Amino acid sequence: MSRYFTEDHEWIAVENQTATVGITDYAQSQLGDIVFVEVPEEGREFAKGDEAAVVESVKAASDVYAPVSGIVTEANGALGDDPALVNSDPEGEGWFFKMSLTHPSQLEGMMDEAKYQEFVSNL
Amino acid sequence: MSINQGGWRPTMGESDGNGDMPTYTGNRALMLEEPLIFERGSVNVTGVDIEEAPKVRSRLGGLDRNRDIGLPGLSEPETVRHYTRLSRQNYAIDLGLFPLGSCTMKHNPRLNERVARMPGFADVHPLQPVDTVQGALGVINELAVWLIKLTGMYGIAMSPKAGAHGELCGVLCIKAALEKRGETDRKVLLVPESAHGTNPATAAFAGFRVENIPATPEGRVDLAALRGRLGPDVAGVMITNPNTCGLFERDMKAISDAVHDAGGYVYCDGANFNAIVGRVRPGDLGIDAMHINLHKTFSTPHGGGGPGSGPVVLSEALAPYGPLPFTERHADGYITLVEEETVGDRHPDSFGRMTAFHGQMGMFTRALTYILSHGADGLRQVAEDSVLNANYILRSLEDVLDAPFAETGPCMHEAIFSDAGLAEGFSTIDIAKALIDEGFHPMTMYFPLVVHGAMLIEPTETESKGTLDQFIGALRSVAQRAKAGDQALKSAPHFAPRRRLDETLAARKPVLAWKEPSQAEAAE
Repeated sequence: MSRYFTEDHEWIAVENQTATVGITDYAQSQLGDIVFVEVPEEGREFAKGDEAAVVESVKAASDVYAPVSGIVTEANGALGDDPALVNSDPEGEGWFFKMSLTHPSQLEGMMDEAKYQEFVSNL
Repeated sequence: MSINQGGWRPTMGESDGNGDMPTYTGNRALMLEEPLIFERGSVNVTGVDIEEAPKVRSRLGGLDRNRDIGLPGLSEPETVRHYTRLSRQNYAIDLGLFPLGSCTMKHNPRLNERVARMPGFADVHPLQPVDTVQGALGVINELAVWLIKLTGMYGIAMSPKAGAHGELCGVLCIKAALEKRGETDRKVLLVPESAHGTNPATAAFAGFRVENIPATPEGRVDLAALRGRLGPDVAGVMITNPNTCGLFERDMKAISDAVHDAGGYVYCDGANFNAIVGRVRPGDLGIDAMHINLHKTFSTPHGGGGPGSGPVVLSEALAPYGPLPFTERHADGYITLVEEETVGDRHPDSFGRMTAFHGQMGMFTRALTYILSHGADGLRQVAEDSVLNANYILRSLEDVLDAPFAETGPCMHEAIFSDAGLAEGFSTIDIAKALIDEGFHPMTMYFPLVVHGAMLIEPTETESKGTLDQFIGALRSVAQRAKAGDQALKSAPHFAPRRRLDETLAARKPVLAWKEPSQAEAAE
């Protein structure tokens, strides 16, 4: 499984043709305590860059963009009852949604963990 | 008195030193604890003696209420004291500086209130025959003329009831104009990063797709990026000027020209008009529609103290699409209302109506009073003094707080700082909470989003140099403590009726209605 990162502070874990999407630890630390997450419905199709989810913290509400194009296969329903999962385990239990990739080539050139950490340290 | 088991009750926090001796009542001298009115009153008590209702045969077919609705009963003095005590825990512009950025919390002159309470304005009804309300209609008409003159625009819609309502009015005018031109493919409204947060919401609500235009490092609209995006799918741009970075969009005319050349319209969010009133006419900058927050620039009470009012001035291109009703002054001075029944074919392209009646009459009288008591020269001085005050704050604090746009030049209505340079683990919220201890309402926090940990301070022209110096001294002291890592800031406010509230729990598990303790327990 390989993990990619975007400049919008999202992570994408890819296994076969399925990508799991969430926000990074840096993103959750910047947002502060998360109080609400809206995840997309199964079957929604997104083009890369579409608004796919909403995350709301005590400080701000932010859109989460589809980092790659694809069709939503599963959304993390647990976030509805417990949005704090995004704070406690952003890159694990706090995942947002899974999508089957329609344009896997979009992953090429995305940051890996080391490059993302370097990107964050320069912010 | 019973305790609300259903509600979450914040703790008063730990003792911080002297003066924290407990009292029997929980009151601290003039700082009085006050329970909810449901806890203070009782359903078994009533404050009024009403005659027993005569027995009548029910015609509700078995749908009669079968239990008490549970309103608490209190005597009149208990009721008066309850609300008076609550009001003393509030902070208001009548108590002190209210530096909320982009809110223009200025003094509400008492003359406004006196005029608004005159029976000829306060006790009229919108459905009265127009010959009985010529004075009230005259106020609407004269205010409309002033607003058109001050903005250099062509027409006006007086009825929108607040800023965002005004935005919607303007954007619906744009939509109607595009439909008339048969250019319904123009689906995109461009909204710069430096615009107000309501702008993209309005555009989306009106059915447009929102696209962002980045800001330059100086905090202004990136003109090249805007030009690059214009095209046959763009309906127009929504721009806030002066913007939320507290800066005047110097390229406004060039922006308007570019948008017009590309077939679009320019909406300007006029929320920050206070900084330019009497100095700049938006009509000269090529703007097609702009709302004016009467409750900001023209001093009508708002933010819990009263309703908003957001008349929209329109360019010649958009005026035909403005909503009904509007006032019409005839040669003999008689004023009529142009409504659906009377409009005939004179205003055929109007997109419709936004309100049942003519708008916020109480705000119109106050705003016109403010305008007439200041005069054109006074309004110009309003803009000058508000900008001077904001710059005084900016320059007095830029040595202790990071001011991201300080190099850009003078600010307009508001000074903006970031949380850069604070000690590790300290953020804007700690400064805001500590300001409460200093007796000030905090500034706007974490907005605009383009500034990290933003602090947005708008003093308005209301404040004297003495008040500004006191505020600057307080903020300087708090900022220095945040830079030094003073842990006491993390638990501020220490002296407020409630300590730092658990906003996270409040947002995650909101308790929105009081429940009787027995019900609340059952729901646990």
